[in-house]
Amino acid sequence: MALLDIFKSGNSRHTVMTSGQVVPESSRCVQCGICSYNCPVGIDVRAHVWRKEAVVHSECLTCGECVARCPRGVLRFAQTDLFEKANV
Amino acid sequence: MRYVIIGAGVAGFAAVEAIRSLDSNSEVVMVSDDPHGFYSRPGLAYYLTGELDDKALYPRARNDYRDLALSFVQGRVKRILRDKHTLEIEGKPPLTYSKLLLAVGSHALSLGAPGENFDGVVKLDHFEDAKRIIKVAKHSKRAVVVGGGITALELTEALLARGVETHYLLRGDRYWSNVLDGAESRIVEARLQAEGVQLHYHSDLQEILGKKGRVTGVLLKGGNTIACDMVAYAVGIAPRIELAQAADINCERGILADEHLQTNDPDIYAAGDVAQVYDPLSGRSVIDSLWTPAREQGYAAGLNMAGRKSAYLKSAPFNVTRLAGLTTTIIGAVGRGRDEDIVGIARGDSETWRDLPEALVAQGGFDVNRVRLLIGDQYLLGAVLMGDQKLSLPLQKMISHKANISSIRDSLLQPNAPVADIIADFWMTWRESIAA
Repeated sequence: MALLDIFKSGNSRHTVMTSGQVVPESSRCVQCGICSYNCPVGIDVRAHVWRKEAVVHSECLTCGECVARCPRGVLRFAQTDLFEKANV
Repeated sequence: MRYVIIGAGVAGFAAVEAIRSLDSNSEVVMVSDDPHGFYSRPGLAYYLTGELDDKALYPRARNDYRDLALSFVQGRVKRILRDKHTLEIEGKPPLTYSKLLLAVGSHALSLGAPGENFDGVVKLDHFEDAKRIIKVAKHSKRAVVVGGGITALELTEALLARGVETHYLLRGDRYWSNVLDGAESRIVEARLQAEGVQLHYHSDLQEILGKKGRVTGVLLKGGNTIACDMVAYAVGIAPRIELAQAADINCERGILADEHLQTNDPDIYAAGDVAQVYDPLSGRSVIDSLWTPAREQGYAAGLNMAGRKSAYLKSAPFNVTRLAGLTTTIIGAVGRGRDEDIVGIARGDSETWRDLPEALVAQGGFDVNRVRLLIGDQYLLGAVLMGDQKLSLPLQKMISHKANISSIRDSLLQPNAPVADIIADFWMTWRESIAA
């Protein structure tokens, strides 16, 4: 199925936990702060989204709390590309 | 040089950031009658359901304001004296401005029914309203919700989450009839019912009943009554144009602004919910009550105020919301006409969503994962996505870039077409063609 193929692309939680990061689609965000509120290590995820930047943070566990809790589907996992800025 | 911004919402805050990106020396002052400053107005819905605490709604900490060298004046602006470039502020000394931004937002329309001033009648405009809802809900057993659009559902879900038996009155036979189609309305209604909301169709409020100044029930046209101790309403919003009107700044439904967000006074700009902004692509001036356009307008206004000519180009109106727990994205033109439950525009609404010309509809998916496409001759005009949001970004891009869909138009319109797969396939090829 085409739909499944294009969006799977290996971005499962498991692969992301080892080699990924959380990226925002900032135009969906209303800065409600549920992401930051639920981050277990206290990263201000919302501030990254405002700046339209991937959550590149040494303490990010890629645990997925912010991705799962966002009521507007702003956040998703993406593979880290060490040589390119994440496409947000 | 002093920049003054009236309003502490996202448009005002984005303007401050834009001004500071060009000018780090001049004074920037924000004036607002809202004591809470900049917070996430849409986030109040999640504060009300208990998913957030009140402190979490502020996107900025104190030191961020310090870094921006922004001073804040809490107070209501009484008058703009344009000839003197001065603001009169209640209880405060007059404030002069070199450039002024009006980003004062909108307010909830009143219900216009007898009894609307009783204790126990609530609306959801700002932080103080949200706190009041929580307080009133604590002592209420049964509530009636009146109105439509996103805010009426936010109120409904807030009351449910707070354990109040909730009755929702709909004037017609379905929810949000000029944006959602019949099936989408039914999905939302069924989910509300499953959560315990009692829906009352063809029910028009006549009067709020009360005793000793407190709500005791509602009387419906036709004579039925529902006993309750709380009434929550969301019947639409009105841009707060009074200040601008009194200063002879051109207004229609909102404050008229050109594509540089400038009003008819070259030193005064308008952005956000209050602004009715000229769109050079359609040749019309429209109001969006949406977060992202407010941020973009505010930012463009700030750049223009600080001297860098910058046009605001409206993209396809787009909003993401949660309707009865279901993430829903609305893009482009998706409906027509008016909704009996709302007067004019509502929060989280765009006037252009109801501009749908003759269009054919393709839809796919079942139950909670649903996609509806509004198909013009060569382009997609709009889309509604409920549940699964994977196609949201592709559809947003395809609609705002007017992707030519002639090659897939017939297959999309086949009965039971696998709409999502067709769009996904098309997107893969089209995305590469625009990247090239």
